[in-house]
Amino acid sequence: MIPELGHYALVLALLVALSQSVLPLYGAARGAGRLMAFADHAALVQFLLLAFAFAALVQSYLVSDFTVVNVVQNSHSMKPLLYKFAGAWGNHEGSLLLWVLMLALFGAGVALFGRNLPASLRARVLAVQALIALGFLAFMLATSNPFLRIFPPPLDGRDLNPLLQDPGLAFHPPLLYLGYVGFSLVFSFAVAALLEGKIDPAWARWVRPWTLIAWTALTAGIALGARWAYYELGWGGWWFWDPVENVSFMPWLAGTALLHCVSVVEKREAFRAWTVLLAILVFSLSLLGTFIVRSGLLTSVHAFAVDPERGVFILALLFIAIGGSLAIFAWRAPALAGGGAFMPVSREGGLLLNNLLLSVACGTVLFGTLYPLFLELITGEVVSVGPQFYNKTFVPLSIPLLVLLGIGPFLPWKRADLSKVLPRLLGAASASLAVAILAAILLGGGPVMAVLFMGLAAWLVLSSLVELAERLRLFKIPLRDSLSRLTGLPRRQWGMTLAHAGLGIAIAGMTASSVWKEEQIKTLQPGESLEIAGYELTLTDVERVTGPNYQAEQANLRVTVEGEEIGLLRPERRFYPVQRMPTTEAAIRITVLGDLYAVLGDTSADPRAGYLLRVYFEPLVIWIWVGTLIMVVGGVLAISARQPQRVAAARRASPQPAE
Amino acid sequence: MRPKRKRLYAVMAALLCLGGATALVLAAFEDSLAFFYAPKDLVATPPGPEQAVRLGGLVAVGSVERDGEEVRFEITDNIESVAVAYSGILPDLFREGQGVVVEGKLGPGALFQAHTVLAKHDETYMPPEVAEALKASGEWRPEADGSQAQ
Repeated sequence: MIPELGHYALVLALLVALSQSVLPLYGAARGAGRLMAFADHAALVQFLLLAFAFAALVQSYLVSDFTVVNVVQNSHSMKPLLYKFAGAWGNHEGSLLLWVLMLALFGAGVALFGRNLPASLRARVLAVQALIALGFLAFMLATSNPFLRIFPPPLDGRDLNPLLQDPGLAFHPPLLYLGYVGFSLVFSFAVAALLEGKIDPAWARWVRPWTLIAWTALTAGIALGARWAYYELGWGGWWFWDPVENVSFMPWLAGTALLHCVSVVEKREAFRAWTVLLAILVFSLSLLGTFIVRSGLLTSVHAFAVDPERGVFILALLFIAIGGSLAIFAWRAPALAGGGAFMPVSREGGLLLNNLLLSVACGTVLFGTLYPLFLELITGEVVSVGPQFYNKTFVPLSIPLLVLLGIGPFLPWKRADLSKVLPRLLGAASASLAVAILAAILLGGGPVMAVLFMGLAAWLVLSSLVELAERLRLFKIPLRDSLSRLTGLPRRQWGMTLAHAGLGIAIAGMTASSVWKEEQIKTLQPGESLEIAGYELTLTDVERVTGPNYQAEQANLRVTVEGEEIGLLRPERRFYPVQRMPTTEAAIRITVLGDLYAVLGDTSADPRAGYLLRVYFEPLVIWIWVGTLIMVVGGVLAISARQPQRVAAARRASPQPAE
Repeated sequence: MRPKRKRLYAVMAALLCLGGATALVLAAFEDSLAFFYAPKDLVATPPGPEQAVRLGGLVAVGSVERDGEEVRFEITDNIESVAVAYSGILPDLFREGQGVVVEGKLGPGALFQAHTVLAKHDETYMPPEVAEALKASGEWRPEADGSQAQ
């Protein structure tokens, strides 16, 4: 009964979305207040219906209702509770439902917290949001209904792919979707503003927090995914430039650009057309990501099972959304020219360059991701574009971006004097150079590029600290006064400082762990040992252990440094009987200087042959997670800095920007 | 004058970025593209020793041999087979009779030296190139992977 109710709720949500997309648009065009107000109620009802449908699916998983095809295919009565819960979105249909739920969540957010928006703008935003939901709900009901029943029901399910039975599944996809879908709202704001024909600082102030929410969630989602791929063997480490990783990275790059140019619209009313175009492109890239993951067009370790019918449907949605919004843009954008004048060397100029570089970098990733597709269409040749390509294009392009990132926050609006700005950064620049040289010596040489990036990482952290110190007037006024300035610093300021410094810290980890990684593969008998990065690992024994839904072989590795025992590593090789599938569980010893990472290989039939062990030393890898966490904290602080009353008051007081 | 000047600078910066990116892309393309081969293509037109290659097909049943740290197996499209050598730990979903993609170079003695063996995320998922190659050789059975291989 509950699955039918869930299905019914989906159909109702589709109808609500249909009316929510039509009536408010008509109302906004005619100035009919009641039709516009309908959007608020519809958005809330749509969210409640979808929340109910999602709860119904989760409930089917929790009680292991094997009359539902989706549960049969992805669950098992013996599966741990967490994975019964998270398994609801570990598959195509369920994840799509989560996607649409997030879409409605953002719509409901605007209906609830967007009271200070002009009625017509709010109505149009919600209508566009409902149009997107309409497309996806139609797609889901037509090709991917999660509530399909099966008769007769099987005795038990086929279980969730053991590789996905990981806490990462509970957080990585929802955060990623929150990011992707968060940009849908920015898209809706952009299209609605184009329909209104009005883009002003107030619009930017409403869009900014939503962009920040999406950006922060996407940052966290990508970082969690990287962490998961890092400890899951065979997924290529924390970043592999896999097409599916790329499609989450492209909206991030474009979203970062958007975040920066929204503030130009807000403060100086420049870049308006570009900002709107970027908002459309960011969501288009998110849609493209959804399309690529679900169409099975590209070889990827992350792809869902292939169904051509789905691919065609999403492709159609993609064309309608991108084509439609770009057409509206072409129609309305000419009215958006102009804005505050500025000199090339200024905050605006810096942000323009930031946007150019981010867009071009995003473009190279897009090109590398789609190139195999086009080449195959045109010549029939099948190629793959590997990490090498991105190391030679994306990585060099990011150098000017990172250099600029250190300088940008020091540039004042309208006009800047480099001869005054650069001396303030001399200390940070020379310290960064010292860090680069130190890194080269400590880590034993290495490619020039790697040393350069260690220096750039230090540059980001140090220039952010210098900027912070200048704001606190550190050592220029008594320390106590500096401290009181510290607590009084606006959260938005904190957000920027933390995001920039966090990126620097993460880059240090990324560079060190990819360039100075050490690796050993050896077959060991119990009692034998191997050495890596100054550690000695001794295989004491291998034992059999039993988990809730698997059996495992567990190796006990004693870790010693100069004869002194410092810990134990226990890599496992599990076997999941239901799916008849082995998995490899790496054992990782985390330290601030680097991770010791051990994997137990497939044992041959003859135990006397010994056990195959693969051991890595990954320097500074923990700083990738610390750095991204700092960026996320910065994002959260900036989100919480929203002051709607003041924004509304400022809008009432002056229709023109304050400056 | 000023807005025009401003636009000129912006356009110049944009062209510079685009030009730089295009140059980088073209330079990177020379040696970082890996072409996909099915075993029969690899046998018919062997690539040079420096050419990065992706080889895809089925793991020949009974061909997997482990010798210390090195594992050898054959990849087949049921027309031709190619011997592959790989040092390291195979991904969890590597099984005899199942689709696989390896990356590496064709070494001496027609032995393919793989540096990467690609794992799949999902058991029902077949890399598209492998599916194409199998279709081309008439070996494509959409329902025949997973459970039946056991």
